[in-house]
Amino acid sequence: MKALPLVAGLMIATSAVAETPVLTVYAPDYFASEWGPGPGIEAAFEARCGCDLVYKTGELLPRLLLEGARTEADVAIGLNSDITKKARDSGLFAPHGLDLSTLTLPVEWMDDTFLPFNYSHTAFIYDNTKVTEPPASFDALLEAPDDLRLVIQDPRSSVSGLALVLWVNHVYGDKAAEAWSKLAPKIVTVTKGWSEAYGMFTDGEADMVLSFTTSPAYHIMAEEDLSKSAAIFPEGHYFMVELAAKLAGTDNPDLADQFMAFILTEEFQSMIPTSNWSFPAALPKEKWPEGFQNLPVPEKVLFYNEDEAAAMRDEAVEAWRSALSQ
Amino acid sequence: MAQRALPITTALLVAGMVILPVTAVLWRGGGPGALGPAEWAALRFTLWQAAVSAALSVALAVPVARGLARRTFPGRGTLIALMGAPFILPVIVAILGLLAVFGGSGLVNRIGAPLGVPRLDIYGYHGVILAHVFFNLPLAVRLLLQGWLDIPAERFRLAAALDAPVWRVLEWPMLRRVCPGAFAVIFVICLGSFAVALTLGGGPRATTVELAIYQAFRFDFDLGKAATLAALQLVLGLAAGAFALRVAPSGGFGIGLDRQRDRWDGATPMARAADGLWITFAAAFLLLPLLSVAVAGLPGLAQMPAEVWSAAARSLALALGATALTLALALPLLTAPGETAALLGIAVSGLVLGTGYFLLLQPIIRPGDVALPVTMLVNALMALPFVIRILRPGLESARADYGRLAAALGLSGWRLWRIVYLPRLRRPLGFAAGLTAALSMGDLGVITLFADGDNATLPLQIYRLMGSYQMEAARAAALLLLVLSLGLFWGFDRGGRGHVAA
Repeated sequence: MKALPLVAGLMIATSAVAETPVLTVYAPDYFASEWGPGPGIEAAFEARCGCDLVYKTGELLPRLLLEGARTEADVAIGLNSDITKKARDSGLFAPHGLDLSTLTLPVEWMDDTFLPFNYSHTAFIYDNTKVTEPPASFDALLEAPDDLRLVIQDPRSSVSGLALVLWVNHVYGDKAAEAWSKLAPKIVTVTKGWSEAYGMFTDGEADMVLSFTTSPAYHIMAEEDLSKSAAIFPEGHYFMVELAAKLAGTDNPDLADQFMAFILTEEFQSMIPTSNWSFPAALPKEKWPEGFQNLPVPEKVLFYNEDEAAAMRDEAVEAWRSALSQ
Repeated sequence: MAQRALPITTALLVAGMVILPVTAVLWRGGGPGALGPAEWAALRFTLWQAAVSAALSVALAVPVARGLARRTFPGRGTLIALMGAPFILPVIVAILGLLAVFGGSGLVNRIGAPLGVPRLDIYGYHGVILAHVFFNLPLAVRLLLQGWLDIPAERFRLAAALDAPVWRVLEWPMLRRVCPGAFAVIFVICLGSFAVALTLGGGPRATTVELAIYQAFRFDFDLGKAATLAALQLVLGLAAGAFALRVAPSGGFGIGLDRQRDRWDGATPMARAADGLWITFAAAFLLLPLLSVAVAGLPGLAQMPAEVWSAAARSLALALGATALTLALALPLLTAPGETAALLGIAVSGLVLGTGYFLLLQPIIRPGDVALPVTMLVNALMALPFVIRILRPGLESARADYGRLAAALGLSGWRLWRIVYLPRLRRPLGFAAGLTAALSMGDLGVITLFADGDNATLPLQIYRLMGSYQMEAARAAALLLLVLSLGLFWGFDRGGRGHVAA
């Protein structure tokens, strides 16, 4: 009998918990870790929504496609622009209905479904204490002596690797295969993902690594290490953007909308640079941290929309594969 | 009846636990996918590198295991335990460790350059083989060493008394029995290689089937193709298992009194020098990269984030659970068909296996809630072939040597196991448990599909740290993983060796 009040108390407590709405956000693995942007965003959003934001991390798009309409996700954050066609065709996502005029991207962005929250550009990073005369252009990189050691990522397993292949295609068009055969002798090896390649670079196994224009910011701001620089090429750099989208089947549409709108706020955007180590998608440059304002950025930004990217992907990857298989 | 039913049921269960998820992926993908020339090229390369890697690992293991079997020296036990470590390192850590020794600015080149030695370029087919031998030589050494230790001391005595050639009458027959199984297991492990082969192979020439599966899954979401490739892996794994069973003769050396071994044949200065050389070579090859992993991890140890410790605790629990599950599944499977069924588990892509379980479970339960049990199950399925390979020879000799006596005494069922088999299997059981625990510690497994934000394992945490530029902390976490895995391995292995002089 004595147990009854306890049981009743528990039931009240559970229903109180159940009343706090839960927003389930699917994100890539890096996002929700202690060193990623996730925790800060979660705290800031929970303070204004009176809800509980829960991340589910892992393979983002494959997991959503596997779950299909049954997914628990309300919002997906961290999708990459080069695979959004697959995401859009799945019909899993709903329009965000937001005004995009506050975006500060270097390219025009009109997408009504996929909302950018940060961006960067592909770039080769080098140690400026070791490589004293870095190639000043993509052409110069192709003509550089073969003892310049590069590490890149595989376009078949990594989004940054895929971006590089599209970058080369954008710069060299029909001559992409030729460009790859000039690059091939300098490419020490190809890795599965970004982490392996960047780890090899910081270990001194390569002179230059395929990464992002924003990579030096981490070393400058978090480590006070000024030795890492991005080589800026006048031919232009490929644009990489990360996106968020609302799930069409969300059972918390209002909360999901509120989160999507939160992405464009200054509070959200100002957390991006020093937690995601990339440029915020909707924040004027004068509000960036100083370390980011001083980063060299390319004047010309190259980008394929998702249809163009999807159409040329197989051919571009094949040009890469055959040149590097020689 | 009941004695026959249990092995068959377990074999079917294990085969089902592999085949069912692959079928689920195939079904969801709308049937088998067509394979293009790129996939067939990947298949050819995969087969080639797996065969060469396995053959070389086993061939090199023969002199090393022989040296370890007939020499005693201080630190021998520690050396044997440490040599197991490459096998259990997470891939990314092992790659950086290998490159610190063999890479462009690695130890070998830094020592060689001032001496005028031509620069070693590790990237290429030879790099793939080197890396796979690095991973698998320790396993081969341990499996062969077990074979040597299973030859009763009395046979060496008899050989010495008769002045008979030990190699021809004892060692060669033992190797013919043990080597095919070791080759098959390593061949099947190498079939699943992806990041190691690609990175050390220097690019797309070193494309494996596993990479094609990853690509089909991640970029194309072509589940039909992914499942077709996984089925191909299964067929190859089965073929390797069948081959090993066919060529390996059965039969043992008979009963012994578990006396201390004396190796009169190894007393010549030539034999001593050869053994010493081989042991030194293997120790240097296997331990230098590990040392570099340890050294790289030291600076970050002090500032390791709290998340790493909770991930470590989770990984430890996972490893112990997987070990118990593996041994429970392994004991009824110590037969030839059982071993073949178990080979399926390591042959199939972990990614496809995980996806299959995800598809099967997702309608019933939230995947995040079962992340750890599913990871445990998949780890157990993957460790099962090793465990069976380690235990089966011992059980077969015990059965041949003591079976009739046990039958005459009317021992059967659990009592037979408790009184006769388990004490005879103590040493391989310890090794098998240690290996399973360590493997589960280091495996990334299927956690990437199932994990929520807050149930990451230690290997996953290492990848997360690296993905956020936290290279130093990642190195420290890798050192922690190395120490924990080795600790588990050493603890179980030691327990198995007990009081017997090894």
